[in-house]
Amino acid sequence: MTCLPEKTDKKLGLVIDLDICVGCHACATSCKEWNTSGYSAPLSDHDPYGADPSGAWLNRIHSFEATTAEGVSKTVHFPRSCLHCEEPDCVTVCPTGASYKREEDGIVLVNPDTCIGCKLCSWACPYGAREYDYDDGVMKKCTLCVDRIYNENIPEEDRVPACVRACPTGARAFGDLGDPDSDVSKSVAERDGFNLLDEFGYKPVNKYLPPRINSVQAAPVAEEPAAPDGSRLEKLFAWADKALSR
Amino acid sequence: MHPAYSVIVFTTSSGAGYGLLFWLSLAHLAGRLPGGAMAFVAIALALALITVGLLSSTMHLGHPERAIGAFSQWRSSWLSREGVAAVATYAPAGLLALIWLIGADTGVTKLLALLSAIGAVATVYCTGMIYGSLRTIRQWNKGLTPVVYLALSGATGALLLAVLMSLFGASAQWIGVITLVSLVIAGVAKLAYWRQIDADPGQYTTAMATGLGGQGGSVRPLDPPHTKPNFVMREMGYQVARKHASRLRRLSAIALFAVPIVAVLIAVFAPGGAAVLYLIAALAAGWGVATERWLFFAEAEHVSQLYYGATRA
Ligand code: SF4
Ligand code: SF4
Repeated sequence: MTCLPEKTDKKLGLVIDLDICVGCHACATSCKEWNTSGYSAPLSDHDPYGADPSGAWLNRIHSFEATTAEGVSKTVHFPRSCLHCEEPDCVTVCPTGASYKREEDGIVLVNPDTCIGCKLCSWACPYGAREYDYDDGVMKKCTLCVDRIYNENIPEEDRVPACVRACPTGARAFGDLGDPDSDVSKSVAERDGFNLLDEFGYKPVNKYLPPRINSVQAAPVAEEPAAPDGSRLEKLFAWADKALSR
Repeated sequence: MHPAYSVIVFTTSSGAGYGLLFWLSLAHLAGRLPGGAMAFVAIALALALITVGLLSSTMHLGHPERAIGAFSQWRSSWLSREGVAAVATYAPAGLLALIWLIGADTGVTKLLALLSAIGAVATVYCTGMIYGSLRTIRQWNKGLTPVVYLALSGATGALLLAVLMSLFGASAQWIGVITLVSLVIAGVAKLAYWRQIDADPGQYTTAMATGLGGQGGSVRPLDPPHTKPNFVMREMGYQVARKHASRLRRLSAIALFAVPIVAVLIAVFAPGGAAVLYLIAALAAGWGVATERWLFFAEAEHVSQLYYGATRA
């Protein structure tokens, strides 16, 4: 069914902290590794070691230079994946019902057995989050690691999306953004978490935490050494310096 | 947006086919359609063009063998609605073709023609709305998008009917007038559409897409996420140079509107060489509509490109 659920019981999603992401791409590679070997067919690559490599990835890490009105600039690493929007057209445009949003937890998924590969859903996503798999002939997207988070065959600490588990700086958190008392909701409230392209109106579930203002300040510059004042002591040191370096 | 040939063939060929079906159905309702072989050839041509278009549209699918599933989500999806409308139109149009083939004289043909005409309009409207409903592409997300699709379908279909009638020696002034009027309407709609998209610089910015830059700040891409274009960039990042685009617009306007309008005008007032004139008009319009459709895709800009260096979308 490609009609959206009236409401979902949970709003599972990610909170990405742009202040501490170092742009190492660990989340993207970990995502690729998990998702190419599990659920559905592999995420195919073309010409991976050649001159024109391309392939289906579910997570992409951009780096932007953000400059404030005062002229202070900062490099911001910016992971981008499906935001599991509450009201996305990527679901409603799908002619087959392969693209759907789950009522129980709000995860947006593609059924690889019924997708006809028409690509219309990728056209409807403003975030460029869906990538077509040319080998498999179906659309691929972030599943929020639906095959990990409920998986009782893996240790409990692994029951989070692969990207969250892999991030060495802890820039990614996973949880229920529909529950105001969850850790993720609290950090969003505390840090003024925001929506990407809020004006577009798809109501993304994933939130981003902004770079902290104090960490955007210019780095302190070492003080200039004081000019020589011509005192006797200074002359003595100058003589010693000369004598020793002869 | 990447202009895929399969989709250009699909929309132009089925568009002309549905246009032809529409006009020949109306002509039959009005009792003006020449009978005999002409009627059958016309409806067969319409169905052939529609079928070629629909088959071509399945060529860009990853799994055409599952296409049956595309009829299921008509509640929310314009693409699904289009599939349903297209198949529903085959029933009356196919029956009509059959009746005319065997030359049976039954009263039911008027009803079948009416249903065919309604089905043709509904299908082309759905095609237009597949594009018109996408908010991610401002050049498509316009009220004029389905209007242009309908108008061009009508104009190219009328031209085809005019060609057939003149080839069968059954040319009549009314078809010339209908062709002329529908060409002028399509031309006005398309020019208005171009004017409208040129006046819209896009309301979304990189700052909105990334949440960075803040009040009065700026944000620019530093390092891309991948060294070579990915699916999103190849499919949605296609760009055509403005100079190139405006030249193509002019060429398509000449071939699709100016040449056919002049040729049809002459044919209406000097019916002697009607067959040749209509043929010239149809060939020019065919080339023009293919260029127009290529531009419809090539000039369309997708919001996702804000992450890849576009500053507005
Ligand atoms: S980010 Fe894109 S693919 Fe994911 S739910 Fe939103 S619109 Fe759909
Ligand atoms: S590509 Fe697959 S999931 Fe996307 S709209 Fe087409 S059928 Fe649906």
